[in-house]
Amino acid sequence: MASRRSFMGFTLGAAAAVGGVFTLVGMKKTWDPLPSVKAAGFTTVDLSPLADGELRTVEWRKKPIFILKKSSDMEQSNTDIIAGDARYTVVIGLCTHLGCIPAYHSADKEFVCACHGGKFNVSGKNMSGPPPKPLEIPPFSIDGTKLVLGEVGKEYEEIMKNVGKA
Amino acid sequence: MAHFEKSNGIVDWLDQRLAIKKFMQVMMTQYWIPKKINFLWAMGVILLTMFAILFITGLLLVMYYKPDVALAFDSVNKTIMQEVEYGWLWRHMHGVAASVVFLVMYIHLLTGIYYGSYKKGREIIWISGMVLFVLFSAEAFSGYMLPWGQMSYWAAMVITNLFGGIPFIGPELVEWIRGDYAVGDATLNRFFMLHVCLLPIVVIAFVAIHFYALRFPHVNNEIAEEIDFDLEAEKYLAGKKKEAKVISFWPDFLCKDIFYVCLFMIFYFYLVCFHYDFAMDPINFEPANALKTPPHIYPEWYFLWSYEILRGFSYEVGLACFGIAQVIFFVLPFLDRSNVVAPAHKRGAFFVWFWLLVIDMIVLTIYGKLPPVGINNTIATIASVTFLALLIVVLPVITLMERKAK
Repeated sequence: MASRRSFMGFTLGAAAAVGGVFTLVGMKKTWDPLPSVKAAGFTTVDLSPLADGELRTVEWRKKPIFILKKSSDMEQSNTDIIAGDARYTVVIGLCTHLGCIPAYHSADKEFVCACHGGKFNVSGKNMSGPPPKPLEIPPFSIDGTKLVLGEVGKEYEEIMKNVGKA
Repeated sequence: MAHFEKSNGIVDWLDQRLAIKKFMQVMMTQYWIPKKINFLWAMGVILLTMFAILFITGLLLVMYYKPDVALAFDSVNKTIMQEVEYGWLWRHMHGVAASVVFLVMYIHLLTGIYYGSYKKGREIIWISGMVLFVLFSAEAFSGYMLPWGQMSYWAAMVITNLFGGIPFIGPELVEWIRGDYAVGDATLNRFFMLHVCLLPIVVIAFVAIHFYALRFPHVNNEIAEEIDFDLEAEKYLAGKKKEAKVISFWPDFLCKDIFYVCLFMIFYFYLVCFHYDFAMDPINFEPANALKTPPHIYPEWYFLWSYEILRGFSYEVGLACFGIAQVIFFVLPFLDRSNVVAPAHKRGAFFVWFWLLVIDMIVLTIYGKLPPVGINNTIATIASVTFLALLIVVLPVITLMERKAK
């Protein structure tokens, strides 16, 4: 009798556990971004109209993307994106501290986040303040002078190997 | 089937089916309250009143509010504020109540610490109260997002970003919480769900647990006297009301609570009518813009102290300390190693500790609002370290010494 009761108990427990896991997976997926949100995750930008030293902000996946065409007096970095004969800084314009948008001060050649005083240089490297790491580089690929944001190209993979190295 | 008699009236009819007489005894007429308690013990009933106001005004607001990034801002600032009759009143009552409820909660919490009401038999009251504090914080934050102004948006951005600091799964977790690559429509709708459905249900459940937890250890009193409630209740029921150290919650005690609720309502409606803007950040009257951050982001006043702890350190350390600050008060009954239950002014070092904690939290609150530049950063770090040290190091040491001295 006792073993039949405990068998019922185990069966109930096992059925509840399996059902619970499936329910949790289903609930997790309900919270995931929708397919339409994911599909809208690509943005193409033509880089050719940019002037030397000019910063352009474009929107990609609701995040601001800073595209800075480096002029010759700006420091070069191994995270620069090279398209044609020009070097660009392409970074997600959200402070790596808590996600505010830093402002570009063209006179000092730096990005300054007003929220907590974080500073990044023209290559997006964190120089001072609380940000723990450089501005992030979005996945991209290059097609002539066109930059496709959201697509992982070989140039992106190349640059990601350099991230973290000085 | 149970035996029912023909009832002699509606009360008797209900009593046979729901035992309402017994229920009234347990909840009201034979729920014993110590006589020696001061106005600080009225905060619980004031909080209950504020919650009722928030609930009712919330129902009225939710009838016109639209949880959609394209419509939310106008549904609040145009439809509710200008078109709905008395919509402005419900909104201001809701907004002001959401703010002052924290003021009363902090007084309630500090009263508990001052009189040692978290100790020896009252731990569950304390812990369920802290759960309520966290739930109210989540409720306040999710509600703050709904008008979809600039501060709403960037508060949501910053708070959801905090989860990015969790090792390994951080960035994916942030995307999952938001349901989008950035704070968006999916985020607004899920916070709307939390604010109007899930969290209120859980709050109500925990209010019930919090009250139930009072039944056995009973309410503490001003001199932390240990009272034999059964004995005192007997005296009271025998008619020796003067001699008994307790009185019944209803009808004797509640009149005092209601008096303080009335005083508080004067203060509350003064704010609602003349200073409703103190709970409304001007930046939030600008619609949310994902491509422009306000120059200076800060939370509402009641979160400033913990926000300042977050800012007081470098990124990872700040996140960890912020996390600790959120939960440290939960374990207060176990950090306080002394089993002396007495008001702080009878405990020497603990009294000094208590006021240092209050002052430190005020300093954190003031500097949490100021921009983090220059000397402000130094003060933030010192005050944050002091806060953590007071709770984690100083309190256990003081109370261990107290225990040895006994």
